[in-house]
Amino acid sequence: MAVYEQSYKPYTGRLTPEWSRFLIIPRHAYRAVFNSKLFIAFFAICFLPLLVEAILIYLRHNFGALAAMSINVRELIPVDGFFFETFVNIQMGFAFLMALLIGPPLVSRDLRNNALPLYLCRPFSRTEYVMGKMSVLLILLSLITWIPQLVLFLFQSYLEGLAWFKANVSIAFAIVIASLVWILLLALLSQTISALVKWRVVASGALVGLFLIPSVFGAFINEVFSTRIGNLVSLGALIRNVTAGLFGTFDRLTEIRRVRDFDGTILREIVLYEPPLWSSWAMLFLLCAVCLALLSWKVKAYEVVR
Amino acid sequence: MSMALPATAHDEAIKTQTTYDEPAVVDLHGLSVTFGRRPILKNLRGDLRGKAIGLLGPNGAGKTTLIHTLLGFHEPSAGTAQIFGHDIVHDANAIKSLIGYMPERDSFIAKMSAVHFVRLMGELSGLPSEAALERAHEALFYVGLGEARYRKLETYSLGMKQLAKLAQAIVHGPRLIFLDEPTNGLDPPARLRMIKLIRDIRDSGQANIVLSSHLLLDVEECCDEILILRDGQIAVYCNLEEERKSNRKFLMLETRGDQKRFVEALARLGCEYAITNPTRMKVVLQDGVEVRDLYRLAAQEQVQLRRLSYKRDSLEDIFLKAMENGHGGL
Repeated sequence: MAVYEQSYKPYTGRLTPEWSRFLIIPRHAYRAVFNSKLFIAFFAICFLPLLVEAILIYLRHNFGALAAMSINVRELIPVDGFFFETFVNIQMGFAFLMALLIGPPLVSRDLRNNALPLYLCRPFSRTEYVMGKMSVLLILLSLITWIPQLVLFLFQSYLEGLAWFKANVSIAFAIVIASLVWILLLALLSQTISALVKWRVVASGALVGLFLIPSVFGAFINEVFSTRIGNLVSLGALIRNVTAGLFGTFDRLTEIRRVRDFDGTILREIVLYEPPLWSSWAMLFLLCAVCLALLSWKVKAYEVVR
Repeated sequence: MSMALPATAHDEAIKTQTTYDEPAVVDLHGLSVTFGRRPILKNLRGDLRGKAIGLLGPNGAGKTTLIHTLLGFHEPSAGTAQIFGHDIVHDANAIKSLIGYMPERDSFIAKMSAVHFVRLMGELSGLPSEAALERAHEALFYVGLGEARYRKLETYSLGMKQLAKLAQAIVHGPRLIFLDEPTNGLDPPARLRMIKLIRDIRDSGQANIVLSSHLLLDVEECCDEILILRDGQIAVYCNLEEERKSNRKFLMLETRGDQKRFVEALARLGCEYAITNPTRMKVVLQDGVEVRDLYRLAAQEQVQLRRLSYKRDSLEDIFLKAMENGHGGL
């Protein structure tokens, strides 16, 4: 219908495939997100550790540059599983901050403005809505976590040779899976909080609280009962253990605590073991299942008053 | 030799609704909806075929629940319904691509201009990005928001928000449009504009309309069929024009004096009557009874007839009758 005609006309053109429609949400969300100069600045800062990582990898293979800077190659950190794990952990921190910036208003804004009926009265399901909202975070967080890390892994493989690549291909899997687990968890948690809390500031606070309060509680249990079971309620500890497990650096024996007498005599030794790796995975799965159940409960066109 | 009169849009509309080859706009098959243990819709049956169907009923009658169930927001507890032959439970996506919905409450996506909002809604309905943008502009011009289309929705007045909601409901050119209280909170000029738009869409013949409203005048001005709900059941479903035609003419009398004796005398004459207040009554004359008989009767009973006028049932009368009688059925 042309503007000058000013009459109601049906649409007869082609339609987009149904499977691709959930991607409409992130496309429109990024327009708003990248309108903020503050966010663009933060997004650029997220790449600084990756730049350092790239420089370290490059220097390790450029003896000319090392000689010019009078650095012995042995003084540089070896590029191995621990190297990549360290930088993956740093990027996870940035991913958390980004989730804190973008995640909370995603669903809460729609709930506050009763926008869900508008989405769901179209050929667009609740699952597609949640997938669309989650992919806003998943795509952005992927850009600062596993995608550049994987590029750097390939860069290292290129410089080191095929033999190194073959010997360390498990690192690539660890980078991708650890990052995906983390960003998926962040996306689910921030969506769930966003669906439960209508106000952005409160939702951001709740997301921080969700990481902080159980960690403090876990640490308290660990100290009082001389155990590491408390780590099962700490999201930070869970993801740390899972990441270490994927990079092959997980060690259950974390600490040997010595109980001493007043004169310093060792009365007994308490060996502190991290909870088994499977229990950390199980807790993460449980948390994701709870988040999905809450999302399924909250993401509805209308709440039914029974 | 008979001369055919030119058909009006309204005649065409009635002709369309009596063509039963096409599937009904909405076909109700014992549709029931229960929230917890509370039944909201009870065994609704019938096929609605009007170009513009008015959904009437007092608050809590189930109008909005019926619309929401047809949109797939609530699952039927028993029975089902079809829209253009598609089952609301099994073909929900097929139905959703055929319909547009204007919700009753304020519903927006925050921090968006109207054109961005309507474009997004178009894209979610399956339109490619460029086509959605083009139609968003057109829809906003069509509803009269052309000049304000780049403004943020938060800055819109209530009337403008209603128009933006209408624009998002029609951007993808649906075959059936659900309008839930579209004139809520509008001032008279804005209401007239909304009514004009609804009538224009109806008369275009390109889309059917289901209009839910508690304002009888809105329904009377826009709709050719009405469905009156009461306590979750169908109280009346009728074609408004046919109902008006079939209604007998009645007399509206204003009297002074002993009304009781007068109505007893009317009953003896075989006339039906309804007392609306102590001085007014409706009287349906039996065959063979003339107005002069009423004057004679009034003189006999020493009752003054202050006013006497012929009337037909208005929508208000149909509605009130439905509320009194209960089931009109289909």
